[in-house]
Amino acid sequence: MTPTLLISTRKGLFVAEGTGKSTEITRAMFVGDNVTLALADRRDGCWYVVLDHGHFGVKLHRSADRGQRWTEIPIPAYPPKPEGMWDKDLWGRDREWVTKGVWALEAALDVDGGLWCGTMPGGLFRSSDRGESWQLIEALWFHPKRVLWQGGGSDHAAIHSICVDPRDPRTVVIAISAGGVWRTRDGGASWTPQTAGMKAGYVPPDWSELPEIQDPHHVVQCPAAPEVWWCQHHMGIWKSSDDLASWQQIQVQPSSFGFVAAVHPRDPDTAWFIPAHSDQKRTPITGELVVTRTRDGGKHFEVLRNGLPQRLAYDLVLRHALALHDDGDQLVFGSSTGNLWASDDQGDHWHAIAHHLPPIYAVRYV
Amino acid sequence: MAAVAFTPNLQRHVECPRREATGRTVREVLDDVFADNPRLRGYVVDERGALRKHMVVFVDGRQIRDRERLSDPVEPRSELYVMQALSGG
Repeated sequence: MTPTLLISTRKGLFVAEGTGKSTEITRAMFVGDNVTLALADRRDGCWYVVLDHGHFGVKLHRSADRGQRWTEIPIPAYPPKPEGMWDKDLWGRDREWVTKGVWALEAALDVDGGLWCGTMPGGLFRSSDRGESWQLIEALWFHPKRVLWQGGGSDHAAIHSICVDPRDPRTVVIAISAGGVWRTRDGGASWTPQTAGMKAGYVPPDWSELPEIQDPHHVVQCPAAPEVWWCQHHMGIWKSSDDLASWQQIQVQPSSFGFVAAVHPRDPDTAWFIPAHSDQKRTPITGELVVTRTRDGGKHFEVLRNGLPQRLAYDLVLRHALALHDDGDQLVFGSSTGNLWASDDQGDHWHAIAHHLPPIYAVRYV
Repeated sequence: MAAVAFTPNLQRHVECPRREATGRTVREVLDDVFADNPRLRGYVVDERGALRKHMVVFVDGRQIRDRERLSDPVEPRSELYVMQALSGG
């Protein structure tokens, strides 16, 4: 079957079909609207899309026919903030209990039609009916450490990574910018931080190893070796080989800074990152767009640049904008400047699919 | 009955023609509209019921003062206009 991609952009949802060089954009939907994320649920074929209408708020739509018709469905909603509750950000501003964004949407595998939704300002929600209703995961939102979460690249903390464990669908790991990595083993009833070994350089030294101030930009788990995890963190790249008991930092040239991580579905030693210069300069280094790849668990990294612009390139690849096909060979990524590249040989060669899309936020295989 | 009109920018997302509605406050009038058009609610107010950050309501040409509880009074023949800030990009 021809691979299909959902490409979420600042001005619409685009569908691409094909393999490697032959990938083509075939459809555009919600043209003009800010589409920040999409999900194709492989169990029932439903597509979900997140629209951020700005003044009019964040909305969710669902399609049962691959985007021919869409229905607006409810957006997760926070409960009223208890009177007198202290809940302020680092700058002393009251935290509003209002859904300001949806940064993660994943299938919850313990029930048909189940969904997990990670929001800004940091609430995790659960649906058991294809998004017709949502329940706040209270054990996480009312966790005493949650008030220490802060925004990363935004005024508000956001859950961006949701990893449902292939060994047990009630075991779920989430990552938050900036609020650490947390795991539940009981479907959300209790949560423990999983950041041992991570360090932050953007807080006073005494705070550097606090779990709840870590800024993992993206966390991925190897489906075939679920004890192996990779993390692109604000401070660099970390790997865990002991199922999150500890993380080890890995230095990568030309830069360990970036937003996105991907791991091969069957080989936990093969992972990809797309570096930017640094926190202070979020562009490719010296205008050369590259992808880094390890095949030996992080001991060595190759710098992949064949087919990517090597001069005057200022593309930034955000955390949801790299997609890896189940075959482990095909990769696609989109950039903040609206370029889209595909590879069908694990990144050895890249082909430009589009140069004139709106800023790309997320790319996902159907 | 007061009359309520919505910004044309909203019409692309939710059909909301100008209509009449009852109520003694902005909240009551909008709730009367939302009762017939429940999807519209989330485009104008957030889950607390407060006016969305970049939305504004005018009553008889005056910008309302209470953006959270929407308690500004409405007269039987008032004209309400619901609009949004201009945006860039």
